[in-house]
Amino acid sequence: MDTLTLLQHYWWFIISLLGALLVFLLFVQGGQSLLYTLGKTETEREMIIGSLGRKWELTFTTLVTFGGAFFASFPLFYSTSFGGAYYVWMTILLVFVIQAVSYEYRKRAHNFLGEKTFNAFLLINGVAAPLLLGVAVGTLYTGANFSVDRLNLANGLGGECVISQWMSPWHGLEAVADYRNVLLGVSVVMLSLMLGCQYLISSVDSDTIVARARRKMMMAASVFVPVFVVWLLVTFSSEGYGVTADGIITVEEHKYFKTLLDIPMLFHLLWMGVVAVLASLYVAYKGRRWVIHLGGMGTVFTVLSLFLCVGWGDTAYYASLTDLQSSLTIYNSSSSLFTLRTMAYVSILVPFVVGYIGYVWYKMDSKRISKEDVGY
Amino acid sequence: MFTDYLQTVDWSRAQFALTAIYHWFFVPLTLGLSVIIAIMETLYYRTKDEFWLRTTKFWMRLFGVNFAIGVATGIILEFEFGTNWSNYSYFVGDIFGAPLAVEGILAFFMESTFIAVMFFGWKRVSKGFHLTATWLTAIGANLSALWILVANAWMQYPTGCTFNLETVRNEMTSFAAVALSPVAVNKFTHTVTSSFTLAALFVVGVSAWYLLKGRETRLAKKSIKVASAFGLVCALLTAFTGDRSGAIIGRVQPMKLAAMEALYEGRTNCPLTAFGLVCTDDYTNGEQTRMKVEIPSLLSLLTFRDADAFVPGIRDLVEGNAERGIMSTAEKMERGKRVVAELRRFKEAKAINDIEEMTQVRKLFDVSTEEGSAFMKDYYPYLGYGYLSSPEEVVPHVPMLFYSFRLMVGAGTLFILILALAWWFNHKNMMEKKRWFLHLTLWCIPLAYFASQAGWVLAEVGRQPWAIQDLMPVGVAASKIPSSSVSVTFFIFVVLFTALLITDISILVRQIKSGPEKE
Repeated sequence: MDTLTLLQHYWWFIISLLGALLVFLLFVQGGQSLLYTLGKTETEREMIIGSLGRKWELTFTTLVTFGGAFFASFPLFYSTSFGGAYYVWMTILLVFVIQAVSYEYRKRAHNFLGEKTFNAFLLINGVAAPLLLGVAVGTLYTGANFSVDRLNLANGLGGECVISQWMSPWHGLEAVADYRNVLLGVSVVMLSLMLGCQYLISSVDSDTIVARARRKMMMAASVFVPVFVVWLLVTFSSEGYGVTADGIITVEEHKYFKTLLDIPMLFHLLWMGVVAVLASLYVAYKGRRWVIHLGGMGTVFTVLSLFLCVGWGDTAYYASLTDLQSSLTIYNSSSSLFTLRTMAYVSILVPFVVGYIGYVWYKMDSKRISKEDVGY
Repeated sequence: MFTDYLQTVDWSRAQFALTAIYHWFFVPLTLGLSVIIAIMETLYYRTKDEFWLRTTKFWMRLFGVNFAIGVATGIILEFEFGTNWSNYSYFVGDIFGAPLAVEGILAFFMESTFIAVMFFGWKRVSKGFHLTATWLTAIGANLSALWILVANAWMQYPTGCTFNLETVRNEMTSFAAVALSPVAVNKFTHTVTSSFTLAALFVVGVSAWYLLKGRETRLAKKSIKVASAFGLVCALLTAFTGDRSGAIIGRVQPMKLAAMEALYEGRTNCPLTAFGLVCTDDYTNGEQTRMKVEIPSLLSLLTFRDADAFVPGIRDLVEGNAERGIMSTAEKMERGKRVVAELRRFKEAKAINDIEEMTQVRKLFDVSTEEGSAFMKDYYPYLGYGYLSSPEEVVPHVPMLFYSFRLMVGAGTLFILILALAWWFNHKNMMEKKRWFLHLTLWCIPLAYFASQAGWVLAEVGRQPWAIQDLMPVGVAASKIPSSSVSVTFFIFVVLFTALLITDISILVRQIKSGPEKE
C-alpha cells in the first residue's frame, strides 16, 4: 500500500470515527425527544434539559467537524452530496440551528417566541436530526442520482460548468423513496432514544425520571432491534459497489458482507458493538446506572464498523445510480497526498482532544444532576 | 438553464451574504467578551473578591445569550460552501478544507468542551480549573476565528498551491504558505482586534447605561476600567493592522483598493480621499468623486510607503497601462480563455482517448517542462478571467466599497478617542458627571456593529466578481440547483435569522435591565 492509499484509508477511518461519535452523541437528540415523556413536572423537565444542555454542543461540534473533515479529506463527496442533495442537507442544517438557540433562550425572559416554541424546536430537532442523518448516511449504501465530470469546468459559463450534477429534481428527497434508507433513519432515531434514556439514567439524580427512562429505553429497543436487524440483513444480502485496481466501478453481489468478512477487524467490531449495545440494555434494565458508557461504546464500535465497511475494502462509498463510473471511492474523491499528510500530522492531536473531553466529562458528570442544579 | 444558473448564483450570493452578515452580528462580541470575562475571572481568582465573581457571572450571562446564535449561524456557513458552492468547494477543497478541519479538531472542541465547565462547573470543579476552562473557551473561540480567516484569506490571495490537471483543482503545496501568508496573518489580527474593540465598547456602553440610571455603579466603573484599557489597546492594534491591510490590498488586490478609493484614474503622489460623494460605479463615464476632501500623497504613502508611488486606478486596471506595466483585463481574459480552451481540448481528447493530444495538454500544465513552466506562469494565473464576458465585470461596486471603507475607518478612529476618554474619565472618577459622554458610549455599540459589518462588506464585495481571486469567478462557483430552491431557503433564513436576532436582542436587553444577581 503506497502512502497516498494508506492516508486515504486513514482519513476514511477518521471520518468513520467522527461519524460513529456523532451517532453516539445523538443521545442528546434522543433525550430531547423524550422531554415531555420523561419529565412530567417543570422541575423534572429542567433536570433533563440541565443534563442534556451540558452536552448538546459536543454533538453540534462533532457534526461540524464531521463536515469539515469530509470537506478536507474527500472534497468531491462534499461538493457532490451537499451541492446535490440540497433539500436534505438544508433541512438538517435548519433543525440544528433551531436546537442551538433553544437551550439558551427557552427560559430567558422576553425570549420573543416563548418557551413552548423553543421546547417544540428541541422536539423537532430530537426526531428530525437523527432521522435525516440516518437517511443521508443510508445513501452511502444505496447510492444517489448524480454524475461527476471534473472537466465540466471547461464548459464555460452556465450550469453545465458544474462538476457534480444531481440528476433528480428532488435534490436528495428521493432518498426516502428507498425503504432501506428509511429503515436506517428509523434505526438511528430509535438508537438515539435508547441512548438518550441511558444518558439520563446515568446522569440524573431522580428515581422517577430514571424509572420512566428505563421503560422508554426498552420500548425504543423493541423497535430498534428488529428494524436495525432487517436493515443489516437487507444491506448485507443486497448488491454493493466495488472498485477494481484500475478504478472501474462494478456492481458486486453481497459486496458489503464480503468486505466485512475480508477485513476481520470490521466483523469483530460489529459483533462487539452489537453485543455491547444489547448488554447496555440488559444492565440498564437490571438497575445499573452507569450504562451510557457501555451503550456509547457499543454504538461507536457498530457505526465505526459500518462506516468502514462502505469505504474500505475497495468499495465505492457513494455510488452513482445514474452513471456508475461517477461513483465515489476513497481513491477518486480524496484530497491530495500533501493535504492528507499535513492533516494527518494535525490529527495526531485527536487523542489529546479526546482525552480532555473525557476528563471534562468525568469532572462534570461525577455528581449526578439534582434539583439543586437546575439553572445556572 | 443558462439563465436559471446565473439566478442560482445570485441567490446563492444573497444567501451566503445574509448568513455571513447575521453570523457576524454575534461573533465579534463572542470573541471579545470571552477574553474580557476571562480577565475578570482572573481578577476574582487573584483577589478572592466576590464582587468580581458576580461581575464575571453577569457578563458571562450576556455572553451565553450571544454565543448560541453565533454557533447556529456558523454551522450554516460551513455547510453552505458545499450546498451552494459545490464547484468552488471541489476546486479549492484540497486547500480550503484543511483549515476548516483543523478548526474543528483544535478549536471547536476546545470551545464546546470548556464552555460547559464555564457555565455549569462553578460548583463542580475547583476555581483554578474553572478559570482555566474560561480562558480555554476564549482561546478556542479565537482559534476558530484564526482558521476560518486563514481560509478566507486564501480566497483573497491564493497561495501555496498548484493546479493539477488530472484532478482539475488547486492542490496545496505548502501549508505554511497558506496559514502564514501576509493576508492571513493580517486578516486574523485585524479581525480579532476589531472584535475585541467591539466587545470592549459593548461593555463600556452597557456600563454607561447603568451609570446613567444610577444603578450598579461599582460594577459599571470596574467594568469600564477593564474594558476601556483592553479596548484602547485593541483599537490601536486594529488601526495598525488596518494600515497594513491597506498596504497588502494595494499589492494583491489593486482593484479593491482602487474601488474603495473611487480612484478611476491612477496617479503618482496619490491623495487619500478623506470624504467625498460617489454616486456611480461606472468608471467609463469619467464622473469623479464630488465634494472631495483630499489628503495629498497619503494613499501612495500608505499603500507603497512612498509618497511618490503610482497607485493604479480602475481605468488602468481595466484598460491596462503599458507605461506602468499593467496588463489590460481584455488581455487577461484572452489568456484565461486559452487556459479554459486547453481544458476543453483535454476533455475532448479524453473522451476519445486521444493519448497524443492529452500528452500535449499535460505538458502545458506541467511546471517541470519549459513549456509548462511558461504556460503556468503566463496563462494559468488568469484562469478565472476566461469565464468573464466583458472587462468591466472586474470592477466591484464602487460606492458600496467607498462608503464602507470610510464608515469603518471613521468609526475606528472615533473608537480610539472614545475608549481613551472612557479610561481617563473613569480613572479620574468623572465618568458619572459626563452624561453626554455616557450617552455617546451607548451609541457607540450600534456604531461598532455597523463598522464591523462595513469591514466585511469591504473585504467581500471588494473581492467580486471573484470567488477565488483571479482563479474562479462566482459565476462558475455555484452548485447546479434550481434558483427557486435557493430563493426559498433564502427567505426561510431571512425569517428564521430575523426572529432569532429579535429574540437575541430582546433577551439581552432584558438581562441588562435585570442586572447582575443580587448580592
